[in-house]
Amino acid sequence: MLLMNKFWIIFAHTYLNKIKSRTFIITTALFVLLVIGSVNIQNIVALFSDESKNQIAVIDQTEGLLAPLKLGIENVNEDVEIVAYDGTEEDVKTAVQDGEYEAALTLSLNDEGLPDATYFTNDIANTGLQQAIQEQLQQIKVGIAIEQAGFDEALVLSINEAVSFHTVALDENAKTLEEMFQAQGVVYIMVFLMYIVVIMYGTMIATDVATEKSSRVMELLISSASPVTHMFAKIIGIALVGLTQIGIIVAVAVGVISSQKDELVGGFLDVFGFLDTPTSLIVYGILFFLLGYLLYATLAAMLGSLVSRSEEANQAVTPLMMLIVIAFLIAMFGLTMPDSSFITVTSFIPFFTPMVMLLRVGMLDVPFWEIAMSIGILIATIIILGLLGARVYKGGVLMYSSANPLKSMMKAIQLSKKEK
Amino acid sequence: MTLLLENVTKRFGEHTAVNNLSLEIPGKEIFGFLGGNGAGKTTTFRMILGLLDKSAGNISWNGEQINYGKSNMIGYLPEERGLYPKLKVKEQIIYLGRLRGMGKQEIVSELEKWLERFKVPEYMDKKVEELSKGNQQKIQFISAVIHKPKLLILDEPFSGLDPVNVEMLKEAVLDVKDSGTSIVFSSHQMDHVEEMCEHLCILQKGKPVVQGALREIKRSFGKKNLIVHADGSLDFLKEFPGVVSYKKVMDGCKLQIKDEEVSQEILQALQGRGFIRKFELEEPSLNDIFIEKVGASYE
Repeated sequence: MLLMNKFWIIFAHTYLNKIKSRTFIITTALFVLLVIGSVNIQNIVALFSDESKNQIAVIDQTEGLLAPLKLGIENVNEDVEIVAYDGTEEDVKTAVQDGEYEAALTLSLNDEGLPDATYFTNDIANTGLQQAIQEQLQQIKVGIAIEQAGFDEALVLSINEAVSFHTVALDENAKTLEEMFQAQGVVYIMVFLMYIVVIMYGTMIATDVATEKSSRVMELLISSASPVTHMFAKIIGIALVGLTQIGIIVAVAVGVISSQKDELVGGFLDVFGFLDTPTSLIVYGILFFLLGYLLYATLAAMLGSLVSRSEEANQAVTPLMMLIVIAFLIAMFGLTMPDSSFITVTSFIPFFTPMVMLLRVGMLDVPFWEIAMSIGILIATIIILGLLGARVYKGGVLMYSSANPLKSMMKAIQLSKKEK
Repeated sequence: MTLLLENVTKRFGEHTAVNNLSLEIPGKEIFGFLGGNGAGKTTTFRMILGLLDKSAGNISWNGEQINYGKSNMIGYLPEERGLYPKLKVKEQIIYLGRLRGMGKQEIVSELEKWLERFKVPEYMDKKVEELSKGNQQKIQFISAVIHKPKLLILDEPFSGLDPVNVEMLKEAVLDVKDSGTSIVFSSHQMDHVEEMCEHLCILQKGKPVVQGALREIKRSFGKKNLIVHADGSLDFLKEFPGVVSYKKVMDGCKLQIKDEEVSQEILQALQGRGFIRKFELEEPSLNDIFIEKVGASYE
């Protein structure tokens, strides 16, 4: 009862102090801005581009090519308008130079009755528009050439038609191609989120522990509450800080997205497959996320307790960073080859499980016992690391030497040893 | 109210920091813990508090083991001062006080009283890093006593303070004692121990070399100090039988003698050797005892 009480005091103190800190407020604000910005990216781009359509002046000497060209171009490029120009080539060139038109095009037929065009523009850099016009003209040219050769138009259409190609997964449980792409997006987001959170909050825990050590307030703290209580209250307090931050960001994201859902469907939502993600994947995502955080947070607290000054905390978490980067790289590799045996094996290694097993769950149909086993191994590792961490922590927080980390760890364990 | 240490030993690998230490620390008074650097004082305190596990032996308070269930009754001022530099004094003490089982209101009203007493009421809302070292020390002291502990451990409480603040803090320690708290404190400064403690223990290399009641220790030490100021040369006293040490001072010399009797022999020998301005026999100081027991190498 008494110990539980102290756990909550440390927990609340850690949480409130972090929430009130300038770092927290600034990073949260930045993330929120980023979310709002990326959801509104189309609007923002539109804001900077000209409101009026780009006009292209065309001097048509062909009698009849202007209409199909206009139709073709304006269909593809919404912000381009093709207008007929009555005047000489010199006049239109001056008009382009004066900025009246974006570009000018002279259109004529050559000796063989095929289109011949010259494109005038101030700025060759904008090749997109030029290419679009070129392609349209190419199609018109092909049409004319075929007509001249006397082919049947229907025949030509059927030649150009795309081949019919279907993919069928024979395993009933296998995911459809569509589901795969969708899962890829979701898994990518989840893995990336995990990566960012572990790096951010892992460093935060290690720095926090090292700061309490360097300000020497630690000795006072652990004389009132046990180091183990202290360590886990800190880990969970900072976890809640992380959840608060993610919660705020997600709430903002959901708010902005739902306010303009119509515009976004077909945009980035579809690309990442956010709509109708299977619930099981979300549940596994949250589970692996929490377990992964606990594992890395315990490691971070242990490493943080080994250094004497807060400046050394970043250096102390290097091994953790390496592990998480490797996990991330494996997961990225796995996105393209989720069923390779390398991915299967690494999904059972506890430090990689949260990311790699999540990837397998999302992309493949993994038997339940495999998932259960990997979670079992993960939880066992967390417990072992927690016990080891508590030992290292108990000794480490009283130790102020700058020996190398491994040596410090051995010394810390020895310092906290019970008998003999 | 007795703190009992029985055959307590702490080894760090090959090194033995505390060796078979047995102490009986009586309650409701101040017990002095003396020793040179690395004598094992802080290690002993950490074992009493349960921050370090003993390699062997037993520590009990009122016949019971000290564990985290009792931490609300214990106050601790660590040798290495430590507070959160970025937190305000009030936030700091509230956090530390709550960790010792106090309620928030109670903490604030106690803190006000203490700040008033130390004549620094304006520090309530200041950040610790803005305070001078001596004033941080006062805050640190408040954090150790605010919850009215039954057992208070002070590791070098007066180091780094100016004389005015030392007096202020000394008075506070004595008041805390009068309110019924048992206090154990360590110091390098013998005069503080001499002034405040009834019982004490001198540690050397993890072993107690002297322990007991201050008066007993002085009496059983046997040797006395003799101060002689005279006009004539006193050099002959260096070789005088019964003189243990000879130290020349401005107007004469300071002697350490084997026992009281020697002083009378010296007095007789001084007859006819010139004008005697001062002849004083005094009790040995704790400093003399410490130097003799721990070794002249440590001063």
